[in-house]
Amino acid sequence: MANVEAEKFIVGIYEDDNQLLQAVETIQHKGVKIADVFTPFPVHGLDKLLGYKESRLPDAGFVFALTGTTLALLMQIWMYAIDWPVNVGGKPRLPLPSFIPITFELTVLLCALGMVGTFFYASRLLPGIKTYIIDPRQTDDRFVVTVKAEENQEENSKIQQLFLETGAVEVREQEFKRQFLNVEP
Amino acid sequence: MYDSPLRERLVTGEKTYAQVTEDICRPIHSKPSKEWWLAFLIAASVAGVGVFCILYTFFVGIGAWGLNRTVGWAFDITNFVFWIGIGHAGTLISAILLLFRQKWRTGVSRAAEAMTIFAVICAGLFPVLHMGRPWLAYWILPLPNTHGSLWVNFNSPLCWDVFAISTYFTVSLVFWYTGLIPDFATVRDRIKSKIPKKIYSVLAFGWNGHAKSWQRFEAVSLILAGISTPLVLSVHSIVSFDFATSVIPGWHTTIFPPYFVAGAIFSGFGMVLTLMIITRKVLNLENYITLGHIDVMCRITLATGMMVGIAYGTEFFIAAYSGNPYERFCFLNRAFGPYGWSYWIMVSCNVISPQLFWFRSIRRNPLIAWIISIFVNIGMWFERFVIIVTSLHRDFVPGSWRDYVPTIIEFGILVGVFGIFFTLYLLFVRVFPVIAIAEVKAIMRTSSDTYVPALAQEAKREAYEGIAPAPVASYSPDSHAQP
Repeated sequence: MANVEAEKFIVGIYEDDNQLLQAVETIQHKGVKIADVFTPFPVHGLDKLLGYKESRLPDAGFVFALTGTTLALLMQIWMYAIDWPVNVGGKPRLPLPSFIPITFELTVLLCALGMVGTFFYASRLLPGIKTYIIDPRQTDDRFVVTVKAEENQEENSKIQQLFLETGAVEVREQEFKRQFLNVEP
Repeated sequence: MYDSPLRERLVTGEKTYAQVTEDICRPIHSKPSKEWWLAFLIAASVAGVGVFCILYTFFVGIGAWGLNRTVGWAFDITNFVFWIGIGHAGTLISAILLLFRQKWRTGVSRAAEAMTIFAVICAGLFPVLHMGRPWLAYWILPLPNTHGSLWVNFNSPLCWDVFAISTYFTVSLVFWYTGLIPDFATVRDRIKSKIPKKIYSVLAFGWNGHAKSWQRFEAVSLILAGISTPLVLSVHSIVSFDFATSVIPGWHTTIFPPYFVAGAIFSGFGMVLTLMIITRKVLNLENYITLGHIDVMCRITLATGMMVGIAYGTEFFIAAYSGNPYERFCFLNRAFGPYGWSYWIMVSCNVISPQLFWFRSIRRNPLIAWIISIFVNIGMWFERFVIIVTSLHRDFVPGSWRDYVPTIIEFGILVGVFGIFFTLYLLFVRVFPVIAIAEVKAIMRTSSDTYVPALAQEAKREAYEGIAPAPVASYSPDSHAQP
């Protein structure tokens, strides 16, 4: 992972998902750029509000699936008809209908493994990866919004005020390395 | 999608998000109860018997079983098909019901998927055992070899089975684990003791709940559900091809794939009911696995039980109508021959006993539903026994007719594998979140006692004031001006 400097963030903590959605909208409306949002469960509509592009993982899954189909067919054709053809009572040398089940299974297998692998790679999910948890309850019942702190202290207190106005139960400044870098706004 | 405020709530007892986490994580934090230890010891001892019988079979060979030249498949393959069938409910709940947007699935999906994985592990044991020389099990894979580089026979359904079962196991495992990651993170962030925290940190893969991760997570879940749906149908179809593509009367029928799939879902839901009714009681999860959940599962059991019943009838009719004397004899022999008793156990357990589920009061009575689910399990085991043994024991040549009597070793394996299954399940309920915490929280807004009454009130008020009632989803980003 890229080496990141620790930076100062203003952290707003909300306790309700509807409130979070409204807050995110209001904050952005005021021209403040939100760095990251962490939620304990998927909040619908949040990705659109934050302007995230639609995930291209399904496309990756499709490519992996096609790879699976191709590999399965090639494997069976090569083994059965080219490398060591066996004459079983004059049955067809290339029994394509018989190849369908295995082709299907390997299509699904490669699609699943490839797509989940891509997801783990893109979201930096691997056993043993250290992650910084801003608030221990962000995986329980708290919704965390972070905004990068400015040099200007006045500006920062304005952002803090904005958090409180939109219903944050807690606002604080925290210094940490921002981990999630592969997000295109 | 419009959610009626009148629809039965799926999370009862006015839970807050924190309470949901607390309730579901409680078994992980607390010390196991005496009952758990008792259940675990029993399951582990039974599993021990199973392991002994399996090892005995390894040393002695297939001769330890009651098979003969005529009945070459019996208990072992019955168990194999039975356990594969059990697995199907988990995938049905997690994949097909996700595509159909059935929210009640969130309460039972995690445990049902765990059940799938353990059942497939159990199922996978049997073909390996039946090989007689299990240390050569890798011969079933298409590997370069020294036998003149002969490859496996891609024309054979047994070969397709290898790919189907291993794909099914892998994809179910991946699907299950992906769903577990956010919940492991929840456990990681609340557990205090040092070593468990380390373990859960590794298991959680560094999940932090970033909005982008959730977006990807949902995309992946949807596609995995989409590909698991045909997968689950294909797996049991392929298992049924093991029989259907042969020329043995009683097996040589095109009805087998749909019949096996319906039977698999039926038996799977039987097992889900058996497990969930106990789990919800023992772990105090009645607010998440409600009577409503049991009700819908009973309805699915009833529907699939009727499908199985129709299949039994169709089979018999076709056997009579085909005019094939062998086929006709085979089916008459099934119902009235020496193994007729097993046929009638099958019919009464699978077709007659679920009929009680027509009554709402029975569907909502956990004890009776549990007893019926046990009957379903028994009946579905006998269905496979009937298909396999009764079709084989009367050969084309009367001179080779043989009866089959299982040995004590075979009974030991049958019971022992249940022990292995329950041991795994009991371990699972101790260390894993039994209910998908994040998924349950995500449906609370629309189907819990906490939020719905207020929303219903709001909708009523608006209707009264002449405003069109708003959908209960309550907040939609599109209704506000975009920044």
